[in-house]
Amino acid sequence: MKHRINVTVNGAAQEAEVDSRLLLVHFIREQLRLTGTHIGCDTSHCGVCTVLLDGQPVKSCTVLAVQADGCKVSTVEGLETGGKLHPIQEAFTEKHALQCGYCTPGMLMTCSALLERNKSPSEQEIRQAISGNLCRCTGYLNIVKAVEYAAHKMAGGVS
Amino acid sequence: MTAPRTDAKICGMGHSMKRKEDPRFIRGKGNYVDDVKLPGMLYMDIVRSPYAHAKIKKIDTSKALKIPGVLAVIDGPTLEKYKLHWMPTISADTQMVLPTDEVMYQAQEVCAVIATERYIAADGADAVEVDYEPLPVTVDPLKSIAPGAPVLRKDKKDKKDNLAFHWEAGDKADTERALAAADVVAEQYVYVPRIHVASMETCGCVADFNPAEGKLTVYMTTQAPHAVRTVFALVAGHVGLSEERIRIISPDIGGGFGGKVPVYPGYVIAVAASVVIGKPVKWIEDRMENLQADSFARDYHMKVRLGARKDGTMTALSIKTIADHGYTNASANPMKYPAGLFSICTGSYDLKHAFCEVDAVYTHKPPGGVAYRCSFRVTEAVHAIERVVDVLAQKLKMDPAELRMKNFIAPERFPYKSVLGWEYDSGNYPAALKKAMDIAGYDALRKEQAEKRKKGELMGIGICSFTEIVGAGPSKDFDILGIKMFDSAEIRVHPTGKAIARFGTKSQGQGHETTYAQIVAEELGIPASDVQVEEGDTDTAPYGLGTYASRSTPTSGAAASLAARKIRNKAKAIAAHLLECAEADLDWVPGKFFIKGVPDKAKTIQECAFAAYTNMPQGMEPGLEATHYYDPPNLTFPFGSYICVVDLDRGTGEVKVRRFVAVDDCGNIINPMIVDGQIHGGLAQGVGPALYEEISYDEDGNISGGSFLDYYVPTALECPKWETDKTITPSPHHPFGAKGVGESATVGAPPAIANAVVDALSHLGVTHVDIPVTPEKVWQLLKAKGVAE
Repeated sequence: MKHRINVTVNGAAQEAEVDSRLLLVHFIREQLRLTGTHIGCDTSHCGVCTVLLDGQPVKSCTVLAVQADGCKVSTVEGLETGGKLHPIQEAFTEKHALQCGYCTPGMLMTCSALLERNKSPSEQEIRQAISGNLCRCTGYLNIVKAVEYAAHKMAGGVS
Repeated sequence: MTAPRTDAKICGMGHSMKRKEDPRFIRGKGNYVDDVKLPGMLYMDIVRSPYAHAKIKKIDTSKALKIPGVLAVIDGPTLEKYKLHWMPTISADTQMVLPTDEVMYQAQEVCAVIATERYIAADGADAVEVDYEPLPVTVDPLKSIAPGAPVLRKDKKDKKDNLAFHWEAGDKADTERALAAADVVAEQYVYVPRIHVASMETCGCVADFNPAEGKLTVYMTTQAPHAVRTVFALVAGHVGLSEERIRIISPDIGGGFGGKVPVYPGYVIAVAASVVIGKPVKWIEDRMENLQADSFARDYHMKVRLGARKDGTMTALSIKTIADHGYTNASANPMKYPAGLFSICTGSYDLKHAFCEVDAVYTHKPPGGVAYRCSFRVTEAVHAIERVVDVLAQKLKMDPAELRMKNFIAPERFPYKSVLGWEYDSGNYPAALKKAMDIAGYDALRKEQAEKRKKGELMGIGICSFTEIVGAGPSKDFDILGIKMFDSAEIRVHPTGKAIARFGTKSQGQGHETTYAQIVAEELGIPASDVQVEEGDTDTAPYGLGTYASRSTPTSGAAASLAARKIRNKAKAIAAHLLECAEADLDWVPGKFFIKGVPDKAKTIQECAFAAYTNMPQGMEPGLEATHYYDPPNLTFPFGSYICVVDLDRGTGEVKVRRFVAVDDCGNIINPMIVDGQIHGGLAQGVGPALYEEISYDEDGNISGGSFLDYYVPTALECPKWETDKTITPSPHHPFGAKGVGESATVGAPPAIANAVVDALSHLGVTHVDIPVTPEKVWQLLKAKGVAE
């Protein structure tokens, strides 16, 4: 069965016709061709498909596209605004918080949401926040450092 | 570490240059295989066996084919018509692409559905009805190897047992004599279980056969694109796919760790489907398929014996191994070394007598033997020796650090010829262990442990002093299916002084686009930011065996260096021509030639490059480019000492890694930031198998741990704040003294953690625990010793 949905994706209104069973991640990747959001498991454990649904991190492999009707969706492609990187994007490069890059978009979305709700997270709070996002390359330490670095920058600090 | 030779603008070796890969990845602009979408592309989904061993009586595709959008179902008999139903493994065994008779492991590919959309292909796979007759299952390799066991590989004529191969190194009789003469023998059965690389990106491909050109392009998750091209040509040459008509493109890869070296049936089925239908076909595994059917790592059952004198001097080592290879030997090992480089098992110690043997056994499980972030069975070897050294220390009541120090190969003995035949290139093992002990505060930790024991708290300190063996390898000994294990670099300097460099390797996150550019920058003085690095396209890159076994820096890195030096030599002749002097009158600093003693009479490398196209000396071949195929004279031997501190929860059995100190020595370093990152990631991949990860089977061959629900990959909460440091002992035979680092931490971490857990329990009489040291395993031990809370 087809449904008409209205979703604001990275600030742009999108109207689309989708199947009942279409997953949000496939809607984003296949219909909108925003391929920055990846797929890593089928059980919502790995978090590489994390996007923000009305500002909250969700695993888009276990959300139906129809559930996003009327919502705002933010993906990695929307982090950079007006040609300026989000501080967490800069921080990931600065602190070498990525290697293969596959978990990176989901990790960036989780971290950006954390920094929205907690301007100065502790190491433990960061580790807790990203514990639903698996990374097989970095061993997490540099991701923790990147979040600390971004928090510092966002607070107006200089590196 | 010595200061970099080049300035920050050139950014040669030793600079922590920010990665050139990052701008696309942080913007979500990477290009992974599932991002590839071609016009008219079809989708493939695979029907897999629920049984570990069964006869396929009937495959009924009628319901599937009635679903609108389902175009075809490809099964074994379909492929048999083209003689494509079997294929060789990298170890020259054979593997079914699709079965025509029996399935041999759970989740084996049975048939594939091709459809216009991803969801419809999945619907089609669900609608295929397969009638199986379940057959007896052999799961336990120890039973499989026993006399009279049912023979699994009935496809092999005259095969009377389930032995895939027997391999041994060293002198058995001599070692037995030495063990008999030893004052003390530490004996331990050590199991290193079956695990999975679980890279965040699963495997997949887009096979695109263009009927008009007769050319096949395959975008695929492979760490070894050239080798795959050759294998495809060997497998499918008889149906017209000769090597010049095959192009393998390995795009961005979301982690490989060895799991993307083998050629899986899914790739071949997708290729066959594209050739038959004449349209591009995409196949992407889901996570359960990835964990259940792709090749596994480890699965070594080892009986380890280490003999020593009373004073702790180690004298002899023997390891007898039963290796579970699943239903076929699909190991990615060099041909001459079916058990990989397992004979590095004497480790960092000066042992005079040693023997090791491996019996590789078939079972009804998926193919095993992937070299998971491990240069061919080094992880198993290191686990065996480092665990048994601690067993010996406990037996002798010696401190494990002291026992190691006493038996290390002394720094002045390098190059050192090991009793099992390797020539270790360089090393300074006491320095690395001492540094690790200083950082950890070893003596203070021991005092803390004694205090805690008085209070009934369980704290453990574990050491691992590993020696790796990487960079395969010299052509006299190393080949895969006959192809020698050299690797390559091709560098072209453009007229404006910028360059492109292409390689036979393929990064999966290691940062080659950055580090290779830094090598070229170091040699030519062209800024690394001006050097574009490309890998993974077999139509453009020079031939190479790919990236695994920590071989990229030792092989292609060396090739980059030597190709650049060829270019520099030519540039020197051009500089002499431009400066109207003899080449002998010229000196070089990175980036320019100048007349000796007259630094301002100089020509930059960029000026030489321009002249190579516009004003070359009479008779000189125009252009400025070079290719080098590097055949390493020896392997390299990175090493390190790790110290792990754990606390055990007496209520839950949970092991908490409180501290992890890692001192690594990988020779000279190209990019310190990237090296640290490699070690961090490797350590996390050591925590996983040490504490959580295992793929096991019940007696019917049903997998446990076939999804991330059961297969626990460590999160940020289980990983401590890594404390890394280094010593630097350059490789004497590598062009710039590097050794390779990708795998050291994965190899070194598990024994350090296991040793720490045993150390926490040693006063209770515990001498060994197999990994993964799960909370349940620890709690059972605590309960048995009467200390569980």
